[in-house]
Order: sequence, then C-alpha cells, then structure tokens
Amino acid sequence: MPSIEEILDVLFLEEYNTRVVVLGVMALGTAAGLVGTFLLLRKRALTADALSHATLPGIAIAFMVMVAFGSDGKSLLGLLIGAFVFGCIGVFGILGIRQTTKLKDDAAIGIVLSVLFGLGLCLLRIATELPSGSAAGLNGFIFGKAASMVASDAMTMGGVALGVALVTMLLCKEWTLLCFDDKFGSVQGWPILSLDAVLMAMVAIVTVIALQSVGLVLAVAMLIIPAASARYWTTKITTMLFASAAIGCLSGWLGAVVSALVPRMPTGPIIVLICGFWFVISFVFGPNDGLLVRQVTRIRLNKRIAMQHILRAMWEVCELDSSFAFELEEVTRVRSWNKRTVLRLLRSCERKKFATHLPSGKWLLTESGVAESSRVVRNHRLWEMYLITYADIAPTHVDRDADMIEHVLGKDLVAKLESLLDARTLPKSPHKIEATI
Amino acid sequence: MTWSIIDTWIVVIGALCAAGCAIPGTVLVLRRMSLMGDAISHTVLPGIAVAFLITGNRDPMAMLIGSVVVGLLTAFLVQTIQSLGKVEAGASMGIVFTVLFAFGLILMRQAVDHVDIDPDCVLYGSIELAWFDQNPEGYGIPRGAIVNGVMLLANLIVMGLFYKEFKITSFDPALAKSQGIQPSFLHYLLMTMTATTAVAAFETVGSILVVAMFIVPPATAYLFTNRYGSMFVLALCFAVISAFLGHLSAITIPTWFGFSGTSTAGAMAVATGVLFAFAWLASPSQGMIAKLWHRFSVKMLVLREDILGVLWRVEERGKNTLLPKQLAEAVGSSSVLVRVALVGLQKRNAVTKRVASWSLTEVGRTRAAKLIRSHRLWEVYLDTHFPQDSHQLHESAERLEHITTPEMRSMLGDAREDPHGSNVPEDE
Repeated sequence: MPSIEEILDVLFLEEYNTRVVVLGVMALGTAAGLVGTFLLLRKRALTADALSHATLPGIAIAFMVMVAFGSDGKSLLGLLIGAFVFGCIGVFGILGIRQTTKLKDDAAIGIVLSVLFGLGLCLLRIATELPSGSAAGLNGFIFGKAASMVASDAMTMGGVALGVALVTMLLCKEWTLLCFDDKFGSVQGWPILSLDAVLMAMVAIVTVIALQSVGLVLAVAMLIIPAASARYWTTKITTMLFASAAIGCLSGWLGAVVSALVPRMPTGPIIVLICGFWFVISFVFGPNDGLLVRQVTRIRLNKRIAMQHILRAMWEVCELDSSFAFELEEVTRVRSWNKRTVLRLLRSCERKKFATHLPSGKWLLTESGVAESSRVVRNHRLWEMYLITYADIAPTHVDRDADMIEHVLGKDLVAKLESLLDARTLPKSPHKIEATI
Repeated sequence: MTWSIIDTWIVVIGALCAAGCAIPGTVLVLRRMSLMGDAISHTVLPGIAVAFLITGNRDPMAMLIGSVVVGLLTAFLVQTIQSLGKVEAGASMGIVFTVLFAFGLILMRQAVDHVDIDPDCVLYGSIELAWFDQNPEGYGIPRGAIVNGVMLLANLIVMGLFYKEFKITSFDPALAKSQGIQPSFLHYLLMTMTATTAVAAFETVGSILVVAMFIVPPATAYLFTNRYGSMFVLALCFAVISAFLGHLSAITIPTWFGFSGTSTAGAMAVATGVLFAFAWLASPSQGMIAKLWHRFSVKMLVLREDILGVLWRVEERGKNTLLPKQLAEAVGSSSVLVRVALVGLQKRNAVTKRVASWSLTEVGRTRAAKLIRSHRLWEVYLDTHFPQDSHQLHESAERLEHITTPEMRSMLGDAREDPHGSNVPEDE
C-alpha cells in the first residue's frame, strides 16, 4: 500500500516521470472526449476501432522504411505518420466495401479490422528480423506503454489536444449539422463530404496519439466512452462536449495516478476501466435517460394513473346509488382489482384528503375528492364521446380506449373537447357501468 | 521451402479452426452482427483470466466455462446498454468489450506470478508450436487439432439441428416469432456458439485470426451467392483455402526478400482478406469486373444502335456513307469506341465498309428503321402527354428508344409524322 505522501506526490505531479505521463494522458483524454462526441453522434464508434487496428501495418512499414534509410527506426513522428496513413486507408476500405458491395457496415468494419491487423502482425514479425534497428518497442503500440513516454511526447500530445480543441470549436456548428441531419446540410450547400473527412482525420490523429499510451486495441474506448457517458447528463451539444472532455481528462489523470501508485498496473487498461466506471455512474444516475431517473418517472406515472383510476371508480360507484358514501367491496367490483390493492389506493386517497374512512366502516368522498374525481370522470367521458362521435367506435368499445388517454389529457385538450362536443357539464356515461364480476 | 509434417498439421489445425468459425460467422454476417464476433473474441481474455484466478491452473474446462460466461455476459450487456441506455449498437459494443478487455489485461498483469500466459499470446496464438502440444494417448494428433475438430463437429451439429430456425430468424424475426420460434433463444444460442468457438480457437490461432475467420470467409461467400445453404458451403471452402494459403505464404513470401518467415496466424488473416479482394473483383454476379463489364456492354449496345440511327438518318437525307470520324462526332463518342462498335455491327451483317466509309446493309436498314420508328413514336407520345421543348423531346426519345420492345412500340400508336415533321418509318 503506498503511503499518503506518495499518493499526494503523484496526485500533484511532484515527480518528473509521472508528471510527463499524467499531463500527456490528460491532454489525450481531453482531445478524445471532444472528437469522440461527434464520432458517437455520427454513429461511427466502431469505424474508429477498425481505424486503430488498421494503424499496425502502417507502424511496421514506417519502421522498415526508416531502417532502410539508415535510421534506427525509433522516431515516434515517423511511426505515427505511418500509422495515420494506414488508419486513413482503413477508413477508405470500409467506405469502399460499403459502397461497392451488398455487405453492410458491420462486415466492412470487421474485414478491414482483422485483415489489416493480421497484416500488421506479419509485418511486425518480419521487422524484428531486420539487421539494424530494434523492433522490440513496436509491440508496445498494441497494448500501449505509457511509461515509455518522455517530455517531448507529452508536449506533442498537448499540442495535438490544443489543435483538436481549436478545430472542434471552429467546426462545432458544422459538425453538429453533419451528425444530426447531413442530408439537410448538403441541401443547404454545406460541404458535407469534406466536413466528414475532416472529422475522420481528427479521429485518426487522436487515435494515433493514443497508440503510445493506451494502445490500439483500447484506443477506441478513449473516444467513445467519455462521450457516451456525457450524453446521460445533457441534451445540449456544447455541454456534452465540455462534459465529455472533462470525463476524458479526469479518467486520464486518475488512471495515470493509479498506475503510478499500484505496482504492475498498466496505464492504458486502467484508464479505460475508469472511463467504464464513469459510464456506469452516468448510465445509472444521469438525469437524461439515466436508468434511475427513468425508473422514478415510470413509478410516478404508474402511481398517478392508479390514483386516477381509483378516483373514477369511486365516482362511478357513488353515481350508481347517488350518495357519496360507499363500501370498499363496491369499488372492488367496478374494476378487476383485489381487495388489498383497493384498500391501499383508498388509504392514499385518504392521505390526499380525497376520501375519509367513516366509523361505520363505509368510505366517504370528501369535497375535494368529489371535485377531483368528477374532473377525472369528465375527461374520461369526454374522450369516450369524442370517440363515439368522431371515430365511429361503438359505445360498448370506448371504455378501454378512453382508459389509456384520460391520464394524458391536458387543459387545452379538454377545453377543445368541450367546445367540440358542446358539453359544459359532466356528461352521462355512454355505456352501462357494471360490476366486472 | 521445405514442407514437413509440422506444416501439414499447422494447415490442418488452421483449417479446422477456420471452418469451425465460419459456421457461426455466416449467421453473424447475415444478421449484421459480425462485430459481436469481434467483441466476444476480445472478451475471451477476461474470461480466461478470471478462470485462472479462481482455479489457479490452466484447466481447459474452467477456461472454457469462464470465457463462455463472459462471452454471454458481453452479449447481454451490449443488448442491455443498447436498449435501456439508448446507445447505438456499435457504440454499446465498443464500450462493453473495451472495458472487459481492459479488465482482463489488468487481471493478467496483476496475476503474472501465478499465471504463465501473456496477452501477446492471446493475440497471436501459437499455431506454429501447436504440433508439439500432444497428449500421450493422442495417437500423434496435436491437441489443437482435436479441440478445433470437436468444435467444428459441435457447430455442425447445432447448425444442423437449428438450420431452419436460424434461417427464418435471420431473414424475418417477426415471422419466426409468429411461428413459435424464440428469436432471443436463438440469439443466445448463437452467442454461445460464438463464444465457445472463440475460446477453442484462440489458444492455437489467437483472437485476431478468430475475428478474421468469423467475418471474412462468410463475407466472401456472400459476394458469390444469394442462397443461405450455399453460403455455408462456400464459407467453409474459403475458410479452408485461406488456412492453406495463409501458412504457405507465411513460410514462402518472406523468404523471397531474405527473411525467414512470418506469423502464420497473421498470414491466414491476410489470406482471408486476399480471397475477399479476389471475390470483390471477380465474383461473377457481384464482382467489380462483372459490374464494369456489364456497364461497358450496355454502353456498347447503345452506341451500336446510335450508329445505326445516324446512318439511317444520313440515308434519309440522300447521302449513304460516313467516315468513322464523322460517326463519332454524330454520336458524341470517341472514335476508338465507334470503331469497336462498327466491327461489332459488321459481324452482325448490319453495316458494310467501302474503302474507309461505312453504310447500312439491308439487315441494318431494317433494324435501324425499327429504332427510328420507336424514336419518332416516342417523340409523338411525349409531345402529346408531356409537352416539352423540341430539343428535350429528342433527348428523352433518344434514351427511350434503346429500351423499347415491339409490344411497347405497338402501343405507342401509328402516327405518320413526328413533332419535328419527319416521316415515321413503317413497321414491317
């Protein structure tokens, strides 16, 4: 277990080596979060995966070319240029297969990914046999080797992150159009094809700089997971961009810190795992389509519907014998509910002061209960009458349909129904109300 | 190159593995779920890592169970995140498999003291060494061959049992459901097959080759056929061929440049790609060559008919021969193509050549008359029903005359004069 001082040292970047790694990875996370947002919205997540796998032969070939020209093949820039070129070849391959055959995106991505990666493995094996130069480091690009980062690499990453942020800021509006309605965009005269190409080029650049730290198998995670998490917090693209960049940056920082503190903890995978953690948090707690929020909304809606049902049932029972007092059994008979459900619903009516439990054992609709339940019944019957008059549905069949609509009728709609049906008071039920037993 | 018993076994193991993968792969490609194969073969790694940590040894049964469980978990999570979280299918896959893969990598690195397996091996496999891994009672058959052979057999049996059900759910899930077939049962059966096959294959050939074998041979087969059954057969054939080609090129091609050889697994993946590229170019129904040839022959057909039309119109005005250059100018095409078309017409006895200029024969004149009749009747028809200016009229008729059948021509009426005032030739 590392001591508190060690933890603080790493957290606040006191040590030179960790400082380089942490800053580099944070820059990478920010850039990936920004571009990834558009990548995700463009539904190209796995194209980026194919792109990152396709870089491997590029790295191997760049290495071989550099060795052939007499260098030791260690220039990072040279390797990354090779990677970039092959990443683009991969994307073109996918587009080409999709355009010229009946195969769909998934197969095109799978073909490009596996074949080019296989080619990369073959070339890497050959590269290790080259007499000069050392190909041993090339394997690091597969799973990433953040520890091998030096200050200049971190500077490159920072520079790229800055560039990507700048391009994203400049093209934010255009890319938004591209992601949400590219056909409209092209009708409006925007250069959709070039915008798409620039986006994929940015993705390729970010992927390429991610190779060194997280590796090509996991590079796609840096692009899509922060963006997918950010989507659960907002519906505005600018907020989503900030959130995504923040999640990427934070994950990079935490990941690098954890990997510096815990022995034998590879940086790339731990960053991806932390991204995954943010995703789970967002997936569950996010206010926009998050699991919890949606459950709560659903439960609330169900509760409201049940309440309206009991109110209507009470009204209908009272209407039959024209007194506001009624037995629990009577209500039970109107709908196919069991006694316990009815009792539970009546209790919640009591809490809302819609009904009171009389000492005699009977229940009584209170004044506010009468008002509320007559409103609900009115909505129901208005809709029934509307269906009978305008949709030509038999009076015996309208009850069920109205059952579903009555809960969502707003004030405006009710007013419209009133004027349409010329109904000012509570209409009589168009069909017989009978006990369901 | 020296070919030994080891090479034979490498090819046999590769072929068995590839064939085993091609069976679930075909269904995956047809269902547009190819990338589930990719995702599941990645998550074999955490499955194996967890199995190692729990049992503490390389028990193959534990490995298999661990990976299949994690494979199914992957399929389940992908579906859950996609439907509950409203994330697009691709992104959902990308999230699940990268996180699980990262988890597997960390487990392996943490457990490196107890476990003699490294992530590289998962990627490359060790098919080159597979021959040396034999059970004492194995009659000289390497373990990899037995494992992959059994897997192939199991896949064949499952596919045989559920052939009809897979077919119907792949093409029309709604129909399948109405017939009492559970699409979700078949989905998870397919996922189980995929996961089991990926585990069986990964140790010998590595996970990347597994992905290639899942997707590329079936995709190649898809370019050759539109039939479900023949797609399986073709996919199996391409799988076996690419295993052989892959190993052959792995041990030969690098030697031409002075290297000793390269990764067999990688080369097999490349071989599947080469076969795919071949199919893309040369498939008789959907290949690029066939498509381009078809386009070219249609273009030549139109050009030949245009030449007949031009020669006929020239005769109408009293002249009866034209030089190829004049023809090219009149039909708006290059003179090389016009010469090719003229040779074609000459073969059909439609034109004759006198010195350097060409004229119609009796056969050609009859055919040309029919074309011109179609052309001018169309002009009449269009002028009546879709009034447009006379130049446009000619352009539209120019396109329609090539696709007019005798039945259509008889329905266009029997006007004697077209809107420009020219005579409509008689029908014979």
